[in-house]
Amino acid sequence: MPAYVTLPNDREVRVTRQFNAPRQLVWDAHTKPELLTKWMLGPPGWAMSVCDMDVRPGGKYKWRWRSQEDGKEFGFYGTFTEVQAPARIVHDEYYDPGDVGGAMPVGDPAIVTLELQEANGVTMLTCNIQFASKEARDAAVSTGMTDGMEQGYARLEEMFKAKAA
Amino acid sequence: MELNLDATFAALADPTRRAILARLAKGEATVMELAEPFAISQPAISKHLKVLERAGLVSIGQDAQRRPRKLEPAPLEAANAWIERYREIWEANYARLDTLLETLKQETAKKPRTKRRKK
Repeated sequence: MPAYVTLPNDREVRVTRQFNAPRQLVWDAHTKPELLTKWMLGPPGWAMSVCDMDVRPGGKYKWRWRSQEDGKEFGFYGTFTEVQAPARIVHDEYYDPGDVGGAMPVGDPAIVTLELQEANGVTMLTCNIQFASKEARDAAVSTGMTDGMEQGYARLEEMFKAKAA
Repeated sequence: MELNLDATFAALADPTRRAILARLAKGEATVMELAEPFAISQPAISKHLKVLERAGLVSIGQDAQRRPRKLEPAPLEAANAWIERYREIWEANYARLDTLLETLKQETAKKPRTKRRKK
């Protein structure tokens, strides 16, 4: 069952996904650097270059990704505020623009809440990201746009403007 | 984010408006026809329709008497496209996680039980 994204309000994003695996393994994959670096690669053409994690309340983490094409890096970092293995983890998330920069504002962090529930060997994951502002949320969702998608989107915008005229 | 997406999401953030859009997805309808299933007044429905029209989600048909409302899908497609690319990045990560979890499950199954003792 594929990832499902909703916008509960104007500054949050919620992602849900089911996994055919026990909760403990999904938890491990999210909290052990040697596992996280295998799957949380980000947009195509990027890999994790830094994955430091001290998974306990008050512990810090640092994640960075490097582009395989031009070596540019960006990342996130912050502090774990709640750790209830293997069910719930809450951390703040500061954006580190690195060499990439871009439209995402650097400043107040987002709050990420990850929850895992297991039933009959299937784990349901809910990841809620609460941004500091609507602008930060929109910029984060927009950074998912690739060139191809932006062209398609621009065409749709034109269609919309033409109809509204 | 473009102003049009703001208007689209604001328009979608109301259950009555979402229900109106769902009805219009099946075909155009007059204000009276749209108001029928709801326990709210026709002027209230008209207010909702104005929000949808300003967002470009609904247009008014040619018939001057009936003035049927029609669904305009382009803004919805734009909103979906915006979220979809973001969703695809998450899904790509989670697909890799699926593969990793299969490996971890197999490793867990293979582990010898340390407490077993031969008689």
